[in-house]
Amino acid sequence: MTQLPTSTQKKLGLVIDLDTCVGCHACVISCKGWNTNEYGAPLSDMDAYGGDPSGTFLNRVHTFEAKAEGCASQTVHFPKSCLHCEDAPCVPVCPTGASYKREEDGIVLVNEDKCMGCGLCAWACPYGARELDQMAGVMKKCTLCVDRIYNENLPEEDRIPSCVRTCPSGARHFGDFADPDSHVSKLVAERGGMDLMPEQGTKPVNKYLPPRPKADVNGTQAPALEAQSEEITGFLGWLDRTLEKI
Amino acid sequence: MHPAPSVIIFSTISGLGFGLMLFLGLGLPDVSGWVAATFATLALGLATIGLLASTFHLGKPKNAIYAFSQWKTSWLSREGILAVLTLVVFFIYAALWAFMDNRIAMLGYLAAALAMGTVFTTSMIYAQLKTVPRWNTAVTPLLFLLYASAGGALLSNQMTVALVLLGLIIAFQAMAWFQGDTAFARSGSSIETATGLGNLGKVRLLEKPHSGKNYLLQEMVYVVGRKHAAKLRVLSLVLVALLPALLILLTEVNHVVAIVILLSHIVGLFAQRWLFFAQAEHVVGLYYDAR
Repeated sequence: MTQLPTSTQKKLGLVIDLDTCVGCHACVISCKGWNTNEYGAPLSDMDAYGGDPSGTFLNRVHTFEAKAEGCASQTVHFPKSCLHCEDAPCVPVCPTGASYKREEDGIVLVNEDKCMGCGLCAWACPYGARELDQMAGVMKKCTLCVDRIYNENLPEEDRIPSCVRTCPSGARHFGDFADPDSHVSKLVAERGGMDLMPEQGTKPVNKYLPPRPKADVNGTQAPALEAQSEEITGFLGWLDRTLEKI
Repeated sequence: MHPAPSVIIFSTISGLGFGLMLFLGLGLPDVSGWVAATFATLALGLATIGLLASTFHLGKPKNAIYAFSQWKTSWLSREGILAVLTLVVFFIYAALWAFMDNRIAMLGYLAAALAMGTVFTTSMIYAQLKTVPRWNTAVTPLLFLLYASAGGALLSNQMTVALVLLGLIIAFQAMAWFQGDTAFARSGSSIETATGLGNLGKVRLLEKPHSGKNYLLQEMVYVVGRKHAAKLRVLSLVLVALLPALLILLTEVNHVVAIVILLSHIVGLFAQRWLFFAQAEHVVGLYYDAR
């Protein structure tokens, strides 16, 4: 049903560390791979080898630049996927009951057997987390790899979302935000984890860790190096002095 | 937002049909027999064509049957249920009126109320969206109801009522545009809140996540043709309301003039609805530094 649960037993989600992310897009590719091969309809591409390719992705990495007056600019790689909001606006708008938020762990999912592809949930999402698959005609979104995290056929270290497992810089963390002692809850507390577009009132579960303050962005450039002043000795020194005299 | 032809045709044509049902439900015009049947067929035809057009933008129409199930939370589901209910009630009312010469007033009022209820639910699909600040206002349902009932008044030849409604359209449409132009800025969402990076300074998109297009950009970051928006606004208001109002006031409305009024109103209505979508900016555009 499209009524949001008043509370969920767990709040599973991701922490994304904007300080550590190097923008390699490995999470984008591993997400596309896992979700094309496993759960639900494959993530299709249109005109994949033609002049105007496009495709369905559940995770995309943007790159932003932030610059304050008089300071050097900072580049921030910014992975974006479903935030599994507590007040997910995409769920109540669904007319068919295909969209739902799970009471047990808070994961927001789409039942593809009921989705009619009207696209209203994608309109309701401020984050662009939902994309209508152009081949299957149904709405696709991040499942938090629900088919991995509880999958006992996988080795234990693989029972985390594909993007988290793949990230080479350790910028993605998976855990339960309802547990204050969990790895992710501690990270959020220590590093000031933040919500995206809090003014939209969605109460996102996923949190973003802001870039750590940099030492060299405080308005002053490093002083220019002095001209070479050391005495040059040996053959090169003699050559230098001789050429100077000519 | 992408002005999909199917959605524009749906909301305008079905609006006209439900608007006509409002007046026929109230027993206007005072006709019977074949004339009543013709009016009723027109109303049912317009509403049905509009509703069928709306299914063309679905990715998987065969699952549309489930759309009647989530009335507790979803305006789109409520719209589907009310639309079907309206068609059924109005059909029974009109059939008794036209063929049995037995117009049951209470049934007519019910059909009229249901018809306006359907238009209201349609408008709430848009007005509920916090993600599109221009739509997220009480003026949205008000205008949908005004457009539907004004069209219905013109179709049912209720020219005095039409005149009042057209005047209200000019006032409230101008207000909607005036307020709408600042709605996004007033919503408080910016690229800084979208990224959470505002404390580092002014934020801009350095690189898109991919070089090609995607569903989000096509559906929600539609910018084609916005440069003619100001001209289109004037044109749509002249055609949808001003010209019809002047013709009603200054001429003897015979059949030819009535058809000119209707055509002018409908073309203006298409332009208005196109602008409604094309000028609506979704907050997801912030992640692409585009609106």
